This record gives sequence, structure tokens and C-alpha cells, in this order.
Amino acid sequence: MALLQLTKISRRYVMGSETIHALREIDVSIERGEYVAIMGPSGSGKSTLMNLLGCLDTPSSGEFHLNGSDVSRMDDNQLAELRNREIGFVFQSFHLLPRSDALHNVELPLIYSGMPPARRRQRALEVLDHVGLGDRVHHKPNEMSGGQRQRVAIARALVNNPSILLADEPTGNLDSRTGDEIMVLFEELWRKGNTIILVTHEEVVARHARRIIRLRDGLIASDEPSLGVSALHAVGKS
Amino acid sequence: MTLWQEIKEGTVISFAALRANKLRSGLTTLGIVIGIVTVTLMATAIQGLNGAFRKSISSMGSDTLFIKRFSWFNDSREAWLKSYRRPLITLDQIEALSRQATLIKAITPFSGCRLPVTYKNRTSRSVSVLGCNEQFVNIGGNTIAEGRFFNAAEANGGRPICTIGSGVATNLFPNISPLGKKIRVGGTTVEIVGIMAQQGNFLGAFSLDNQVIVPMRYYTLAFQHDADYEIQIRVASMEHIEDSKEEIRGILRKLRHVPPSVEDNFAINQQEMFIATFNRVGGIIASAGLFITGLSLFVGGIGIMNIMFVSVAERTKEIGIRKAIGAKRRTILMQFLTEAAGICLFAGLLGLAIAFPITLVINQFLPATLSLPIVGLAVGVSLLTGIVSGFLPAWRAARMNPVDALRND
Repeated sequence: MALLQLTKISRRYVMGSETIHALREIDVSIERGEYVAIMGPSGSGKSTLMNLLGCLDTPSSGEFHLNGSDVSRMDDNQLAELRNREIGFVFQSFHLLPRSDALHNVELPLIYSGMPPARRRQRALEVLDHVGLGDRVHHKPNEMSGGQRQRVAIARALVNNPSILLADEPTGNLDSRTGDEIMVLFEELWRKGNTIILVTHEEVVARHARRIIRLRDGLIASDEPSLGVSALHAVGKS
Repeated sequence: MTLWQEIKEGTVISFAALRANKLRSGLTTLGIVIGIVTVTLMATAIQGLNGAFRKSISSMGSDTLFIKRFSWFNDSREAWLKSYRRPLITLDQIEALSRQATLIKAITPFSGCRLPVTYKNRTSRSVSVLGCNEQFVNIGGNTIAEGRFFNAAEANGGRPICTIGSGVATNLFPNISPLGKKIRVGGTTVEIVGIMAQQGNFLGAFSLDNQVIVPMRYYTLAFQHDADYEIQIRVASMEHIEDSKEEIRGILRKLRHVPPSVEDNFAINQQEMFIATFNRVGGIIASAGLFITGLSLFVGGIGIMNIMFVSVAERTKEIGIRKAIGAKRRTILMQFLTEAAGICLFAGLLGLAIAFPITLVINQFLPATLSLPIVGLAVGVSLLTGIVSGFLPAWRAARMNPVDALRND
């Protein structure tokens, strides 16, 4: 079975007397090691899909299997445990704890998974070093640039060795050069075997992925492979 | 994550949160601080009163019986008026009782009045002048500090001698030893042969040291002819105190001609009656006092609850982040509970720190000391207040939906 298997997934919201169909019976399957971009204009259901893929929300109907387990029937606590183990989030506005330094922010998922202090510190330092912030571990978010903050967030997402790296507009709050650096980091992580799902409405960003799923009005409009920007670079150079 | 890790992590988080909002935390704690101060002081005062009472009572001795016409505690005014018409207890009756009773260790008639006492130019205007026999010194907490008590021969002979309480000794003889000196007691002259050990005061009402004790024979001659005598008895053994009381009752009923099926025309009193009555009254006062002071703590608790709701609302996004990366409901619940409990514990300790010097001041009037159980009580109560008042806000935080929480700005 695929790493992520969504079958006839629907998500409805009730707003007053109105029912909004954010997703209408969509089927998606993502294998381990894929680099997927989910695209679509606002209101297309991409945020809803991201929340479902990130196990932050459960579908109204349909089946969702992640790494073999049935997510659609899980309760709050099981979902929390699953997120902690399987999913690394990278958000548009970083979502770091403002009063904690980089190290503590990165340690947090390990705290929740119950790793002993000495080991989790070592692991967090390792990952921070990996994203190029080995000399910034005791800086607080407001003492760092946007790019550095996003690197802390990526380190936090990676620290638990999750199955999926789920990034929601990861370059949305960054200037284009810093954004490119972040995308290079993602490329690197993908090449090392991480599964990456990128949610974005920017074509340039989506083109880094190797597969692009386009949503429109809660349905999948298209789902096709893409060459990837770095692959294009490679083609251009040769 | 284990519970211990959750508490540890919660402590770290809450310290950071408290530091970030110093003024707000300070104002919030104020309610709890005041609550803990009042509860602590009230508990200390109650304990002090209890202690003072028990100490006074114990001076009577638990194996001592006090036989009078009246019971110490009457249920009604009618009962008291009725006992007022009972015949006096006479010295002859006491004499006879002393000969017939077998289950007693010591017995003395006892009577007292208040008279001025003078030595040279120094006068104590109102001193308890007590009459009794030589066995008085074997009863209750009466011990001799210096000199001696009068003996049986002196008591029967009615010699004009006395022992004096330590209060009289310091009042009339500031610089010299009173032994062998002659004092004027209500127009007669008596010689001091001994000084009683200091006893303090009885229920804070009167000093047990401001007294002059003379042989009963002399007392009836010099001061009061037909007194309303009391009998003080020390029973042979504490275990058989009920047997002693029964024996005494039987003898006295015969001596005082009480027909069968008519109630006693005398009362056998003992320390226990004081304690029982005190426990009843003291219990009511204590619970009322603690309830009223507890109200201020309750108000403080509401303040904590309020501020925790604000804290949860302010940190909605933080809660969202924590939940997204794997914090379970219980973890979030523990985080905010620990924070509330932490605030209250801090406030409790601060309250204790404030209450401690105040108890030292109270101690000038009442034997009140901040005891370990009260410290424990204060810490426990403040922790409990934190947990109870923090629960609802923490529960709200724990149940937040991560998607909605993350969207919050």
C-alpha cells in the first residue's frame, strides 16, 4: 500500500445553515520518497487537504490510510501521536514558539515523544547543524532572519525522522533569494529520501516538485508529473 | 510522555510565561497571597487558643476531682438556680469522706476569697487567699519551689503560716527572699514558709500565681467562718477514676442524706468536662473562622481562573503549534494546570512568608506559632486552589482544535 492512501475523501463544513463542500470524494495516493506539490487557488480545498494530510483534521467521509494505519477513525490523542511520529510541518509563518530559543523549538517534538533530555538535545543540535544553524542554537525567533526562522522550523519538522515533510507555502513570507535557498534545502532533503508534500499557490514554487496535483472547487483538476526545477537546471546546463 | 515529564515541562513553560507577564502574575497572586495569609493566621490563632486552653486545663490534673454544690456546666438557668438551693458542703462531711473513701490518694477541703496582702510598705490589693489542708500539695499541679508546704500538724493546729504563689513573691519581695517573713493578710499576720512553683494563668482569666495558701483551720478562723467548701480529690489511679467517683458519690449521698431516687445535691467535676465543652465550642469557632477566611481564598481562586482564561486565549496559537507537533490533550492540560498551580504555590509561599512575622506579633498575646502542619496546610490549600481554578481554562485549552488554533493570530 502507498504511504498515503486517500479513498473517496470528502470534507464538509457547516456554517450556519449552509454546508460548504471543501473536498468532494477525491482519491489521492502518494508513495514513499515522492516530492509532490498541491496547487490551487484559494477556496479550491488545498488547505483542507493539507489539514487532512497533516492529520490535523479528519474527513467527513472516505478512508485515509497513512503508513498502514486508518487515520479516519482515530481520536484526538491518537492523531497527536501520529503527527508527532509521522509528520513534520513547515508553515508559511514559521509557527515557532516566540519565547523559546532555536534549540528548544527543535527539541519540542522529541519532548512530546518522550525522548530523554540528553539524547534529544544531541539530536536537536545535529539537525540544527544540518540546516546550517549550528551557530544560532540559542537565538530566539525574534533574533533571527526569516530564512533562519524557516530553517529552524524545518529542523523541527525533521527532528523526529517523520515519514512526510508537509510544507504549507514555505516561501510565502520570505524574499525570493531566501525562498530559493529554502527550496534548495527541500531538494536536498528529498534527494536524501524524504517524502515531501508542498502546498502552494505559486507556480514557481510548485515547479520544484516532481509531481503536481491541482485542485479546483474541491475536486482534483489534474495530477501529473513534473521535471523539477533542479532537473531543468541540469537540462539547461548540459 | 510520562506524567512526571509533563509536570517538569509544564513547570519550565509556566515559569517562562510568568516571567513574561510579571505585573499581571503579581496582581493575580495578590488575591491568593491575601487568602493564604488570612487562612494561615486564622489557623495559627485557633491552634494557639487550643494550646493555651489545654495548657491551662492540664494544670488542674486529669486525675483530680472537684466536688462542689454546683456543676461547672449547667444546661439552663433553672438548673443553676436549683443547685443554688442545695445545702452547703461542710467540713465535717469532708472529714467523714476522707475517713471513709478508699480509692483516693489525697483529699482536701478548699475555699478561697480575695484580700489585700501587705509586706511593710508594699501591698497587693487583691490576692486569692486559699484555705486547704496539707494534702493540697499532692493534688493537681501544685508544687513547692522554695521552702516547704505546711504539714498535717500545722494544718490541724491552724497555725498562722502560709505558702505564697510566685506572683505574690515577686510583687511583695522584689529583692529579698520571702521565706520566714511575716505578711499582713486581711488584718491578720501570717508567716511565709514556702513559695509555690509558677503556674501561669488559667484560660488567660486570672493568675494562678497570685495566691496565698493557709491551713483551712486558720482560714475559717481568720477569714471566712461558714464558707461554701469545695472538695479537691486526687484519685488513687487514673484507670479506676470511675470507681473512685462512684465510691465518693455513695459516701456523700449518705453523708448529705440524699434519699434514693433523688438526684445528687452535689456535683463531681473534672477536667474532662472542660475539654468536652471546649471541643464543642472551639470546633464551631474554628470552622466558622476558617470558612470566612476561606472565602478570601475563594475570591483569589476566581482571580486565578480569570487570568488563566486570558492566558489560554492569548496563547491559542502556541497551543495550536504544540498540538500540531504532537502534544496530546493531557499534555496541554497539564501545562496549564501546572501554570495555575505554580502561580498559587508561589503565592502560598509568599503568603507564608508574610504570615510568619505576623504570628510572631500575635505570639505576644497568644501562644501562637506557625506550626509545620499549618505550613503544610497552606501549601496544600494553595496548590489545590490552583488546580481547581486552573482546571476549566486548562480543559478549554486541551480541547482546542489544532486547525482553528493555528489560524488564530
